[in-house]
Order: sequence, then structure tokens, then C-alpha cells
Amino acid sequence: MLQHSYTHTAMSPSVPLQEMIRAIRSARTQCEERGVIQRECAAIRAQFRQADNGGRSHNLAKLLYVHMLGYPAHFGQMECVRMIASSRYSEKRVGYLGAMMLLDEKQDASLLITNSIKNDLSHSNQYVQSLALCTLACMGSAEMCRDLAPEIDRLLRASNSYIKKKAALCAVHIVRKVHELGELFAPAARSLLSEKNHGVLHGAVVLITELCERSSESLERFRKTVPDLVQIMKGLVISGYSPEHDVAGISDPFLQVRLLRLLRILGRNNETASDAMNDLLAQVATNTDSTKTVGNAVLYETVLTVLDIKSESGLRVLAVNILGRFLLNNDRNIRYIAMTSLQKIVGTDHNAVQRHRGTIVDCLKDQDASVKRRALDLSLALVSASNIRSMMKELLLFLSSCPPELRSQAANGIFTAAERYAPSKRWHIDTILHVLITAGGDVRDETVPNLIQLITNTSELHCYTVHKLYRALLSDISQQSLVQVACWCIGEYGDLLLRGDCQEVEPMQVCEDDVLDALETVLQSHMSSTATRGFALTATMKLSTRITDNVDRIRSIVSIYGSCIDLELQQRAVEYNALFKKYDHMRAAVLERMPVIERNSSGLINGDPTGEPVKEVQPSKVKTEVSLPLPQAADQTCDLLDLLSSSEQQPQSPPAAGSSILTQPLGTDCSAGRDLLDLLGGLEPTPPPTAVTVYEKDGVTLTIVCEKQSDSAMTVTLTGFNSSDCDVSSFTLQAAVPKSVQLHMKAPSGDSLPAGGAAKVTQVVLLNNPNKVNLKMRIRVSYSCRGSTVQETVQVDSFPGL
Amino acid sequence: MIKFVLMVNRRGQTRLSRYYTPVELSRRAALEADVVRCCLSRRKEQCSFVEYKDFKLVYRQYAALFIVVGITDKENELSIFELIQNFVEVLDKYFSRVVSSCAIMFSLDRVHFILDEIVQNGLVVETNRSRILTPLNAIDKMSDS
Repeated sequence: MLQHSYTHTAMSPSVPLQEMIRAIRSARTQCEERGVIQRECAAIRAQFRQADNGGRSHNLAKLLYVHMLGYPAHFGQMECVRMIASSRYSEKRVGYLGAMMLLDEKQDASLLITNSIKNDLSHSNQYVQSLALCTLACMGSAEMCRDLAPEIDRLLRASNSYIKKKAALCAVHIVRKVHELGELFAPAARSLLSEKNHGVLHGAVVLITELCERSSESLERFRKTVPDLVQIMKGLVISGYSPEHDVAGISDPFLQVRLLRLLRILGRNNETASDAMNDLLAQVATNTDSTKTVGNAVLYETVLTVLDIKSESGLRVLAVNILGRFLLNNDRNIRYIAMTSLQKIVGTDHNAVQRHRGTIVDCLKDQDASVKRRALDLSLALVSASNIRSMMKELLLFLSSCPPELRSQAANGIFTAAERYAPSKRWHIDTILHVLITAGGDVRDETVPNLIQLITNTSELHCYTVHKLYRALLSDISQQSLVQVACWCIGEYGDLLLRGDCQEVEPMQVCEDDVLDALETVLQSHMSSTATRGFALTATMKLSTRITDNVDRIRSIVSIYGSCIDLELQQRAVEYNALFKKYDHMRAAVLERMPVIERNSSGLINGDPTGEPVKEVQPSKVKTEVSLPLPQAADQTCDLLDLLSSSEQQPQSPPAAGSSILTQPLGTDCSAGRDLLDLLGGLEPTPPPTAVTVYEKDGVTLTIVCEKQSDSAMTVTLTGFNSSDCDVSSFTLQAAVPKSVQLHMKAPSGDSLPAGGAAKVTQVVLLNNPNKVNLKMRIRVSYSCRGSTVQETVQVDSFPGL
Repeated sequence: MIKFVLMVNRRGQTRLSRYYTPVELSRRAALEADVVRCCLSRRKEQCSFVEYKDFKLVYRQYAALFIVVGITDKENELSIFELIQNFVEVLDKYFSRVVSSCAIMFSLDRVHFILDEIVQNGLVVETNRSRILTPLNAIDKMSDS
């Protein structure tokens, strides 16, 4: 590794630091730089091994530079130790610096300097003492701290101010390492508060802050110092110009900030302490010059303190007003921190923040992305019933021009706000449509079913909604959520669209071909996702009952997709084909208008454990009581659908993953579906078996379907279903029959019923009734739900289908 | 509390680094590169405070030199902003010329000593400019004589 370095021109061993830096900088590649550094390190190593020479500190300085660049420099550790023990100040200085940079308490070498530190702490030269203090504060281990704590305490009491201030900070480190030693320093810290030197005061305040944060007894004890602290602070605020501490017209702003922070800790949750500081805080808030950043730093700390302690309401309003003023400041840093602070208090001081709503909303247009983000959060938090209309205008404006990373947050926030405070249904629908058109790609997946639910429930606006959606669809089919909702609505309310008479939108003559064209465009577009095309296909199918002339066109569209590569679409197309051919008598009933959907809970997506975009509205959110949209006349269809899905799902619904065949509307895979239909086809002369609900409680239902196999044998299929919103587990069934009947229960498909009807449990029971006695069956259902067990017994006296 | 102080040039090369919380050597380079990238990519209209991972960065630009200070959540960002200015003014006073990244490089140890007089184990120890420089001036006088 070092071999090739010999071919370079030999450099003198103790090259000064500047030379080395220049050599490193002139290296053109990483490799070259590494070579230079390796050479240097080798030279430095050689130097270290030699006896004492004048260039030691120099070499160590070079090593530190190399270390800063990220190269290993651990071989310098021992040299640091040696140099710390040297008597020359310059060497000690570099040695300590090296120790702070190269050593930490985990290294063995750090133990070796303990003694040096101990000696140097009582050195006659204060600068040497300060070096030792600094190093101890930087990397002192717990043992070192314990060992040297009394020494630090001594220095806190009896030394000059230069040492006192450093000792105070060293004490902070000791307390962090060894919590119990806080007790030791408390009295000294207390007495330091009467010092005049600002550096010492600063150190004392920092030390007291640390002690109070560590233990509540210290906190109690130091609460008594509040009057003293208030005095000191007052002195700083009202005192005239002091050249020593002045920074842009404020007297020692750093100390002021520190004092305010300590007062905050002491006043938190304590009435008396908070009262004692009220006047002072008001004084600081009003007297501090806010034209420069330093003044604002102090004001900021004051505001934080006021809002955190138990201050009186007038003071709080003053604080919030300061924040409001910050929002108008030209300096964007100040605007940013004002936003952050307002964010923290919008929950507790809502009314006060509301007063600055206008400014906050203006900040939505700020250039800075972080300010924009804060403004968005705050605006959403400030939306209320009284300002919803104006706020929404601003928010929608923001949405159209906001940076992409904030879009989904904005869209979702708008939805939540609209849901909570919508002044009218039409406004709500308009708002959602607007968001979908502007940012449809960034909304959450539940938006589509939620919106569909909202539309269905607003029957008076069906005509208006479908017109608007149709127009939106014509102009842009790239936003998937919008297209899905539009397709669904056109499918459902196509007849309203074609009728063309809606007062609230401008009249537009829509003919059947136009509508079918639009849907076909969606179907064929490469921009449409599979889910969207599913929506479009289903909508096309639904239109077959709502339009009169172009049913053939629909038939042909549907049959084309019967050979589509996508499995989902192919399956649907095949099912719809079947509806056209064999089950044409049922078509009208199956495709009738949807009922009003009741909302169980928002965001429930049925049958989709992977959380993919909802392919179709899930009517299983409907309580089991709601009947299917079927005319009473078509009993057969009722039965058919009951048989196929005890969950009242529309035939268009996608298959729920992992459910058994009986629960699949028209079958999970084509063959099974077709078989089922064929089975039903074969049974046509006799009425198909019905499913009877024998037990229902809190959303958990049990249905039975009976099938006669032979003269005396029959199979009873028990299906458990859970449409409530809490999971059911350990679902078990037990059955009992009269003595002469033979019972054989097969293994159940499972024992858990997830919420929302995502899966079912089926169990087949074989019965043999040779004596043809009156068949009765007692079924015991037991399961646990919400942590409690439920056990019920039901008696089934009549078995339909027998 | 201050977690670290970094001085980098516009190309992202570290000119000074001081850590007040233990960070492994191997992680330092990555941390520095990331932090610097964060700050260098900020535009003029953006504010000087960046939320980075679970702490904050305060940075200021002086010609070709960026000074970045990493602070914990509790710290007053504006006051650290002013602290950086204070630090730079002290450096200007000591080197009696406008501080540039080259000057820092060539007197790295001195800059460290100055920094030690201002910040000790992550906390501010002295902010008065003349008092910060007194020990250094005294030592310089001693070593000169």
C-alpha cells in the first residue's frame, strides 16, 4: 500500500500544515488524495515515535486536519495523551483538542488522561484549568465525573469568573452523566445567581435549568428563585445601553433567552410562580425592539414562555398578537417560526388564533415550501362552520397551484373539512368534484366509495350530479377517481342524463350514442386503470336497462370483452353475457337502481385485505336488513342471489378474496361461476334452494341452505357472516337433532369472521332421516366479539327446500 | 442543545466539524454529506431553518462559506441564528480580515479554540466578543514573547 509512495518525490518529514493542506487540495482524484494523506500519516507516525521535538503540536494539528477529512487517525491518541502531560502550554492545548476530537470515553486511552485532567484542574494558570474543564465536559466518563465532582464544586465557588462559567457547564455534563450528583451542585448554582458577570450568570442559569429538568425536588427548590430571576431579567430589559453586552440594541439577548427558558420551566403548572412572572413577561413583550432579529429572538422566547405557563388570558392574547405580527414580517425565518408556534397552540387558544386567520391564509401563497406546509396545516385546523365557504375558496385555489408534495394532504384535508361543515349537499358535491378534477390522483382510495355514497343519498341532486360528471368525463379521463365516480353515476342515472332536463346546469342534449361513446373511450383508453375499466364496463351494462335503442351495441361491447386479457374484465363480460343470454328475464331486476346506502363507518372497504383501490361500491356496508333492489315478483331472482351471496352483494361486486364459492356472486373464477349457473339451470324445474337466516345478533348472522340428496339424506350448509364492525373469532357451531336422525358435521371452513363481511365461515352438516320423523335441529352458536363470548341456541323447525 | 457545528464550502467540502454528541466516524461523512446537500439545495426564498430527521438545522451563508448548526427541538432557532452571526463576527475580529474558508482551513486549531470559548458541550458559554478573545490573545502574546 505504501510501496508506490516511494516513487514520488520525497517530501521533508515535517512539512508545515499549510503545505500539507495545499498538497491535499491539489490532488485531482480521490485516489491521489488518499495517497498524499497516507504519506503524511506515515511521516506523522514516524515523528510521533521519535523523542521530543519542537514540531509535535504541529504534527498533531496536521493529524486533526486529516481526521476531519474522515481518515482514520486513531494512532494519534497516545500522542494526545503524551502532549496533555507536557508542560508546554501550546502542546497541552493541542493535546487536549486532539483528545476531544479523537477520544471518547469508550477508548482505553481516555483513562490515561484522567490524572492529567485532575492535576490541571488545580493548575495555577487559569487557561490550563479551562482546558481541563473543557475536556472533562466534553468526554468525561461517569467514573471521572464522580471522581472530580468535588473539585468542580470547589471551582464553582472560589475562582475567577472565567473559570466559574466553564465550571458551571462542566457541572452540567457531570449531572447528565451521574444524575445523583445534581444534589451536590444545587447550593453552588443558587449562589452563582448573585454574580454580576454575565458569562457566569449564563452558566448558572444553564446549570439550574439542567438540574430542574432532571429532578422534581430541584424544580421545587429552585422555584423560590423566581423573584431573583425576575429581578435579573428586569435589569437587562430596562437598563440603558451597556456596551459590554449590547447586541443590536438589546442587552445580552442570549442571557435573556436563557432566563426566559428557565422561567418557563419553573412556571409550568404552577400558579404562584406564573403569577410572579406575569408583569415581567408583559414588560418584555411590549418593550423589546422588534425591528432586528435579536429582538425577535427574545420576543419569540417570551411568547413560548407565556403560552406554556399558567398565564392570564390578557397576556396570552398579547402573545398570540406578537405571533400575528411575526406573520407579517418580511423575514421568512420569523414567519416560519410564527407558523410553527401557532400550530402548537391552535388547539388550546383557538379563538385567539382565529383572529389571524386572514394572515395565515395569505401565507398559503408564500414562496417558502415549509411556510406553505405550515399554513396549510393551520388553515385546515381553523376551518369552522362559520367560515367554511370562504376558507374553502382559498383552499381550492391553493390546491390548484400547490407543490406536489402537499397535494394529497391538502385534498384529504379539504374532504374532511367539507364533510364536517358542508353548508349544503350541493356545495359538498361541487367541492368534491372540484377536488377530483384538480387533484384526483392524490386523493385517498376511500374517496370513491364515500363520494358514491354521498351522491346516492342526495336523491334530489342525482340529475345535476350526473350531468356535471358527464361533462367532466368528456373533458378529461386521466383522473382515475373522477372517472370511476363518473362511470358509476352514468351507469346508475343514465336515464336522467338522457332525459336532458336539469334546471341547474345549462341544457345539453345527450343522446345514447354519446354516452356509450364516452364509456367506450374510458374502456379503451390506455390511461384507465383496470379498476376504472371495470367501472366503465359495469356502467355500460347497467345502461342496457336504462336506454332503449342501443342495447345491441351494449351487447357487442360486452361480448368483445369476453375475451379480454385482463381476468377481471373478462369475468365480468362473461357474466354480463350470461345475463343477456340465459338470464335475460332477470336482467332488469338485477340492474335496477341502487338503494340508499347507509353508512356503517367511513373507510370500510369490503373484501379487500390488500387495500387495493376499491373497484366498485361495496353494498355490504349496507346493514343486512336492507333488502336487495329486486322487485318482489321475481322470487327466483331473490333466491338466486340469496343463494349466491348471503351478503346481498350486487352481481357487479368484485370477488372477495378467500371466500368460499357460495359467497361469490356469480363465481370467483369463470368455470366455477358457469358451473354454478349451470347447476341452477339444471334445477330450473324445481325452485332453487333458499337460504334462511336462523340467527342474527349484532351483525352476526347464520343462514342455512338445505339440499335434498336422496329420499332420506340431505345436506344442510350453515353459513356464518359478520357485517358488524368488530372482528369475531372462535366462531363455532354445534348441532343437535332428534334421536332417530343421524347427524354428521363436516369440518368448518374456519372459525373467524372478520369485520365488514370480508370472509365467511361455512360448515356442511349431513343428515340422514330414515324414519322420516319431523326434522328439527337445534344449533348452538358461540363466538367471541369485542373481548366477550356470546353463546346462543336457536331452533330450526322448518327446513325450506325439503 | 447544539448537536454539531459544521462549516462547509459551496462544493460541500468540510472545513470545520465539531460534534457535541457522539457520532461514529463512519457515520460522520454520510451525515455531513446529507446535511450539506440539504442546505445547499435550498433556494434564496426559503428560510434558514430546516427540519432534518428528528432534529433541526440552522444554517447561514457567508459568501462561499456555509455554517450549519444542528440543534435539538427545544432550542430557540432565532437565537442560534444570532449565535452564528456572533461567531462569525468573533472570527472576523480575531483574524482581522473577512473570514473565508481558506483562512479557516489554514488556522483550523485556532478556530477550534475560539469555538471552544463560545460553545462547550453543546451549550453556549460566552457570547461577549471581547471576553471570548481574551484568552486567545493572552496565549498568543505569551507564545510570541
